[in-house]
Amino acid sequence: MTSHNALSPFIPIIPCSKPSAPVKMADRQVSLAEKRLMDVKLNQLGAWLGGRDFTPNGILSAIRRGHDRYYNKYINVKKGGIGGVAMLLVGYVAISYLWEYDHIKHDRWRKYH
Amino acid sequence: MTLSFFDQFMSPTYLGIPLIALALSLPWILYPKPTTRWLNNRLITLQGWFINRFTQQIFQPLSLGGHKWATLLASLMLFLITLNMLGLLPYTFTPTTQLSLNMAFAVPLWLATVIIGMRNQPTHALGHLLPEGTPTLLIPVLIIIETISLFIRPLALGVRLTANLTAGHLLIQLIATAAFVLLPLMPTVAILTAVLLFLLTLLEIAVAMIQAYVFVLLLSLYLQENV
Repeated sequence: MTSHNALSPFIPIIPCSKPSAPVKMADRQVSLAEKRLMDVKLNQLGAWLGGRDFTPNGILSAIRRGHDRYYNKYINVKKGGIGGVAMLLVGYVAISYLWEYDHIKHDRWRKYH
Repeated sequence: MTLSFFDQFMSPTYLGIPLIALALSLPWILYPKPTTRWLNNRLITLQGWFINRFTQQIFQPLSLGGHKWATLLASLMLFLITLNMLGLLPYTFTPTTQLSLNMAFAVPLWLATVIIGMRNQPTHALGHLLPEGTPTLLIPVLIIIETISLFIRPLALGVRLTANLTAGHLLIQLIATAAFVLLPLMPTVAILTAVLLFLLTLLEIAVAMIQAYVFVLLLSLYLQENV
């Protein structure tokens, strides 16, 4: 994923009478495979999935990038509170519940086990 | 219903992966790497303070040769305390309730301390088998007793941790079940049981921290004898 630190003033000059959608200054042209999921249009979803890197190294680097995004947004801030770690722990509890659901469903309250 | 109380200690699998794999790898995410900045974020600062205090406390009585173990013992302490505390969250799995894991920590580390003692200073290490000032007649008996106690140390280390955590989790489950069942029948008793459950949870938090500390402290003592 290319870092968006260097925001070059990219003012596109569109040679047509009326542009269909206003192109913002912050829009850089990135290739489809490198776009973030929220920026991919629905009909491009299949092509986007095909372009992603699903090798073990690719998956590890995706996990690393996701972790860095979460860490820099919630924990590595000047006055981080308990929220960053608390969200992680709640997510862990939720995943544990999902993981053991088949095991736990026998503990339901019923008259005859 | 009695059989289901021990089900919480069996690591359930999902898509073929046991939950213990996730539980063992979670502590790694919770301790980020300190950056080269002068002031890190609050999480790293807190963790750094804790690690410093703990390491000072444990390694103050040890001679310089034992200080080589600082990284190992500090990381072991962090790992154990995180695993224990995370196991108190609902629906999570505590890997330290498994005897196999605790013995895997205890036996190699204890054996390392013994071998270090035997290699570097065998006379001094063997001398620990006979406390000072014993009457002459008791010497053979005492040597046998001290040898047995030496070999029981890894077993004691592993089983102490396992038993404390398993008993705590079991008690929590039992008392919670009792409070839940009593609620429609005798609400007052149910409220008393709920208060008991709250106090027990506080105790469990303390036990989680103390047991990790005791494990590492005893290891450092064994190291101190032998280094």
